[in-house]
Amino acid sequence: MRFVDEYRDAAKARALAARIAQLCEPGRQYRFMEVCGGHTHTIYQHGLADYLPENITLVHGPGCPVCVIPMGRVDDAIHIASRPDVIMTSFGDMLRVPGGMGSFLDAKAAGADIRMVYSPLDALAIARAEPDRRVVFLAIGFETTAPSTAVTVQRAAEEGVTNFSVFCNHVTIIPGIKAILDSPDLRLDGFIGPGHVSTVIGCRPYEFIPRQYRKPLVVAGFEPLDLLQSVYLLLRQLADGRCEVENQYARVVPWDGNPAALRAVADVMTLRPYFEWRGLGFISHSALRMRDEYAAYDAERIFPVPGVRVADPKACQCGEVLKGVLKPWECKVFGTACTPETPIGTCMVSSEGACAAYYNFGRFTRERVKEAVR
Amino acid sequence: MCLGIPGEVVELLPNHPDLARVEVSGVRRAVNIGLLADEPPQPGDWVLIHVGFAMSKLDETEARATLDFLAGVGQAYTDELDALRRSNIE
Repeated sequence: MRFVDEYRDAAKARALAARIAQLCEPGRQYRFMEVCGGHTHTIYQHGLADYLPENITLVHGPGCPVCVIPMGRVDDAIHIASRPDVIMTSFGDMLRVPGGMGSFLDAKAAGADIRMVYSPLDALAIARAEPDRRVVFLAIGFETTAPSTAVTVQRAAEEGVTNFSVFCNHVTIIPGIKAILDSPDLRLDGFIGPGHVSTVIGCRPYEFIPRQYRKPLVVAGFEPLDLLQSVYLLLRQLADGRCEVENQYARVVPWDGNPAALRAVADVMTLRPYFEWRGLGFISHSALRMRDEYAAYDAERIFPVPGVRVADPKACQCGEVLKGVLKPWECKVFGTACTPETPIGTCMVSSEGACAAYYNFGRFTRERVKEAVR
Repeated sequence: MCLGIPGEVVELLPNHPDLARVEVSGVRRAVNIGLLADEPPQPGDWVLIHVGFAMSKLDETEARATLDFLAGVGQAYTDELDALRRSNIE
């Protein structure tokens, strides 16, 4: 962990903070949501909220794909994984995510063959190597990982691999943002747009936000200065009376995204009519499933899945945290019953979850950082 | 998973037109570059890698800044690198 006073760009950060303070209208409260879990991580790790005037609040959004997986889907995956002929594969992030009947870690202990992989291509390699077993890849993630799953399925089809399938849980970021904009209990002044998701989808899909909702959005990089600059750009727009999509991260994010990646996704997957997001409920057209042409690679059609909706534990307030209504430390079980070692809710599981980020880096107190910055 | 990792393309793999060998923090692994087919990366180019796929190109300065940032992220980055080390894409 880097302390603020060791941070190499502290002088630049202070200069930006001063310009941000000048732009704030006295007495006005600003609430900006960072959609991406990677941004939430940076904010806590570097104590960025403490560089900002007190009338700016950074609200953490739902952009952590592990966090929005509903418990019922974890149970479905474990149900498939428990079949003796199945090898279940997924990213390491999924290991501890609790379902209604335990996590992958518990299922593994009970004898299920569950293997962590770095890439869906590694899952395909297992399928090639073990032709007598049925290899299922539990696919999660926003548009950053959906193209990888799509290309892997195309590849399996080309090679004629028949013992590989995907349990598809890919979600799409735009409907998630729209659900938040339509949520009555949240007032926001603008958005810090996700960086790496935007390398795939580009900036155009966000244009409805300024147009229909009159909120500015700035696509941002992951470094502390990127985020401060994005807050500055949002305030600048508000002060100028402008409302548009800006790309602070143009050095990595092309305005049109990655068309080849979008084509691969469109070839293999199609939107589901609706999908449950943990904490946010059912959101229309917010997730992907395999197209009929690729039914042979769709684990949901190959294996019977219970598909039971499981309510979140009563004590867990991940829903409020994911919508930005509660700060992590305001949750009743934060840091006591719910910790990264024994998570109750998903926000504590993934390192990109708001609760885990705050738990790991929350040792910055406002006062201490102010001392360091002074 | 959500944060891409920058890697430097070391060589293209002649028998696999959609794969390249890429070096990430001292680890050399095969990575799929098929999604950059419109402007295929060449040895010496830097790419941003998500779960074994190069998703965008970036310049070296940006790549190094991103690596510095990731190093500061700590455990999550270490886990991702460990996973990459075990990866065997072909």
